Amino acid sequence: MTESQMDIPLEPSPKIPQLSADEIESPPLTLATLTWRRFRRHKMAIFGVISLVLIVLYAYGGSFFVSEKYANHNDTKIILQYPSAKHPFGTDTIGRDILARTIYGGQISVLIGLTAAILEVVIGVLFGALSGYFGGLIDALLMRFTEAILTIPTIFLLLVMAKYFGGKIPNITFLGRTYSGSVVVIIVIIGLTSWPYLARIVRAEFLSLKENEFVLAARATGTPTWQIIFRHILPNSIAPIVVAATLGVANAITLEAYISFLGLGVRAPTATWGNLLQGAYSYIDKGAYWLWLFPGLLIVLIVLSINFLGDGLRDALDPRSRTV
Amino acid sequence: MTRYIIRRLLQAIPLLFLISLVLFVLMQNVSDPLATLSGRTPTRKEDRERLTRQLGLDKPIIVQYLYWLIGNDWTKIDMNGDGVAETPGIRKGVLRGDFGTSMWNRGVPVTKVIAQRLPNTLLLMVVAELLIIIGSFIVGIYSALRQYSLVDNILTATSFIGYSMPIFFTALAAIYIFAVYFKRWGLPSLPTVGMFDPQEGKTTSQVLVHMILPVFSMAFISLASYSRYIRGTMLEAMSQDYVRTAKSKGLPRRQIIFVHALKNACLPIVTVIGLEIPFLLGGAVVTERIFAWPGMGRLFLDHLERGDTPVVMGILMMIAVAVVVFQLITDIAYAWLDPRIRYK
Repeated sequence: MTESQMDIPLEPSPKIPQLSADEIESPPLTLATLTWRRFRRHKMAIFGVISLVLIVLYAYGGSFFVSEKYANHNDTKIILQYPSAKHPFGTDTIGRDILARTIYGGQISVLIGLTAAILEVVIGVLFGALSGYFGGLIDALLMRFTEAILTIPTIFLLLVMAKYFGGKIPNITFLGRTYSGSVVVIIVIIGLTSWPYLARIVRAEFLSLKENEFVLAARATGTPTWQIIFRHILPNSIAPIVVAATLGVANAITLEAYISFLGLGVRAPTATWGNLLQGAYSYIDKGAYWLWLFPGLLIVLIVLSINFLGDGLRDALDPRSRTV
Repeated sequence: MTRYIIRRLLQAIPLLFLISLVLFVLMQNVSDPLATLSGRTPTRKEDRERLTRQLGLDKPIIVQYLYWLIGNDWTKIDMNGDGVAETPGIRKGVLRGDFGTSMWNRGVPVTKVIAQRLPNTLLLMVVAELLIIIGSFIVGIYSALRQYSLVDNILTATSFIGYSMPIFFTALAAIYIFAVYFKRWGLPSLPTVGMFDPQEGKTTSQVLVHMILPVFSMAFISLASYSRYIRGTMLEAMSQDYVRTAKSKGLPRRQIIFVHALKNACLPIVTVIGLEIPFLLGGAVVTERIFAWPGMGRLFLDHLERGDTPVVMGILMMIAVAVVVFQLITDIAYAWLDPRIRYK
């Protein structure tokens, strides 16, 4: 030690902030905490979460007040009635209460959105991960297959598949309720057609992540390949996957609405927000706005909320990404 | 560059085979094409068997696909049902440009069926697309230059709502306001069905008036996502060093925005638009259905419902080829516009 260094005063400079013992001891912030800190600053995302919770409460909580039997009950004496105190959303073309049907339709629409997105994530992650990790022939084959699906417009492909699988599956009884088998068909075909974008994202992530030292280290210690893929690389690419999955839910709800609107989607008696709109345009000349307004608004609201949520998640999880 | 183009085209061939095979197999199970043949339903068993044989629907699926792909004029087919193939086939197959004949409009070549509808769809889609591109450039650039201003925030909120709206909601709302309510209020209302009023005939003004509602319904939704995209790329370009240099040189603001920033911001948009063009051919299934517009989307839907494989395959393969071609054109255009990009 030299003399000059001894001269430095031992008292800390007042400019340096003093950390209390507690602050020094506090554990490092986890990814979840950091994400939440950034997420809550995003006003639109918070709005999205609140309205999403309200919509889900409406759809699933509503069944405590209205029975499914009532939602499917038709009374030809009260067809196409204006919204009133008894039927706040009016009645449809065969005299069913639209409010009750939006409640039960919402359950199916949300269910389709979530399960189709899960299917999308499973297929997309698998294809993207294998393609990006192994490269070479596997990559070429899987990516050609992905391109093949992207070459046909989604709605055309969905309609062909809906026609192909439709009409053959019997009704399903699950937890004491009967669903039209077409619900399963719609979930499967939306899941099967929407994964290519996610697969490309995951592939790109894997291509860069697999070059990192931690992958080399894992390989050197003899970690099995599947563990390197799913336990070492995959958790590092979770941010874009979570964002894509969130937006995938909104996409699936919209696609279901399109197919059902065209009459190839979920069949009666099961209601969805999409098939409530089916045929609404035949009655538009008569001024029956309530046929399409309420289910339509619910679709817009849920898709909007999920898009806000996805946008907030993107900003929070991956601050470098550009919001477009 | 030539090598790159050739390699890409060669890669596209197995891709198109794969697509056509999968779609062809899917189409076999879609619907009974005999059920609505020429508007009459053949009920007698012998009639059904004869038609199935004559249309070649009794053959194994792979043979049907081969006939569709390479034609059947190199072989003989059994037309009279005696188990002996005696009539020479006449189909040339897709590879030689013969897409076959429609089953529903019996005997009409697929190319003719498509050619009747394609101009209608292109009229609708190209006008809508132009409106979307022009509109989104105006909105996008305006928002980017006034980031976080009141107008920008309003435009951002509107575009989020537009982006989240299914097309039928905009279309139904537009019909309700501009057709149903305007009529009720005694205002001049807009037509909502078809391309022209049958009593007036297919005149230019009639078609134009009938186009307003479908075009605006589509434009509103796509405008939202496009303008957000342009806003994003424009904001990025405005924060680049070359824009700062241009500013410090004292160039006029107009020149900085439209020459220095916009030109560079346009690059990614070229890709988006280039990849969008082939899908215009397919029309808009939902919009055409709502407004009863006689275009490709409705053609697809009508013929799909009747299991008319040749027409549906014709439409889908036309789009698939267009997608492949436009992907290549977009890549080439991108390299041409941005000299930093080189393909090997």
